Amino acid sequence: MLSDLITVALAADLVAATSAVDLAPASIASDPFPNGISRYAVGGLLVGLGTAVIYLGTGISAGASTFLESTLSYVSGESRFQRYVASRDWRLLFTGSIVLGAAVYAVTIQGGAWTTDVHPWRLLVGGIFVGVGTRVGKGCTSGHGVCGVGSASKTSIVGVVTFLLVAIVTAQLVAAAGVTP
Amino acid sequence: MAGSAAQRHPLFAPLVILGGLIFGFGLAYSHMARPEVVLDFLQFEDFGLVFVMFGGAAVTGVTYFLAPRLLGRAVLSGDDFERRLKPFDRNVLVGGAIFGVGWGLSGICPGAAYASVGIGNVTILWAIAGMFIGAYAQGVFRSRSPSDEAAPTSAD
Repeated sequence: MLSDLITVALAADLVAATSAVDLAPASIASDPFPNGISRYAVGGLLVGLGTAVIYLGTGISAGASTFLESTLSYVSGESRFQRYVASRDWRLLFTGSIVLGAAVYAVTIQGGAWTTDVHPWRLLVGGIFVGVGTRVGKGCTSGHGVCGVGSASKTSIVGVVTFLLVAIVTAQLVAAAGVTP
Repeated sequence: MAGSAAQRHPLFAPLVILGGLIFGFGLAYSHMARPEVVLDFLQFEDFGLVFVMFGGAAVTGVTYFLAPRLLGRAVLSGDDFERRLKPFDRNVLVGGAIFGVGWGLSGICPGAAYASVGIGNVTILWAIAGMFIGAYAQGVFRSRSPSDEAAPTSAD
């Protein structure tokens, strides 16, 4: 069924990965941190701090992706979504605050709006995969990557390694195919 | 969990807002709200993302370790402090791989996508629309095949 299809797709991806290594050796930039590390480190610490604030007060490990299903419970009666009814209001609040916090950055530091040049089709199709994968895989970069790794959860570490490797292969293949950005 | 609204502390909502503000500001500050920067990482042109993920995990790691020892219970809700542990099964691998394809294709993940709206990136609404479509599709499918949830192999 679906899981078999996915397994086949996964196998194809791994085969593609092997051949990609032969065809297009990744060009590693001479400076691994061309933009320095402070913006990344400070940003990461703040992401952790935001999670920690909620955890200290409530004991909740707030990930970003459950919002997708919990918000769908407002418009769909499917049991997968209805299980999140109890948390859907604060998850909406959490996501709204993420948008607002980023807007504060845009106004104070960025100096206005910024828009991506990545093609809308990459965003849409990639978003569909992200939406399926994060829910099937029990977490995203914040749930597995920040909360799960911070919990030394073996499940999360395996999840992170899996999506990191597959994402690297995918991005390298897309770039090798000449799609920019 | 502090799930149901009935017994929530009056400061529950303000705390979630404060946490979300810091979280979103951090994602914007780290440039993760820009898909180009994530793609640069995945293409080995800028390894900064490692500092974002491990910087975040370091803070949560210390918090998860110290909170139960120093505070005992969550300040507002009185709930036990628990680590974020999920049962491992094949879904973690399958879902992680699907997530990886999407992340590698688009350079965007859920939290960063919300933050991207905040920095004025209206184009990112394509990705958010995609995430809802994907989450809806798997939800409908899995709501109708309960066996999908069965038999976790270990409790992490």
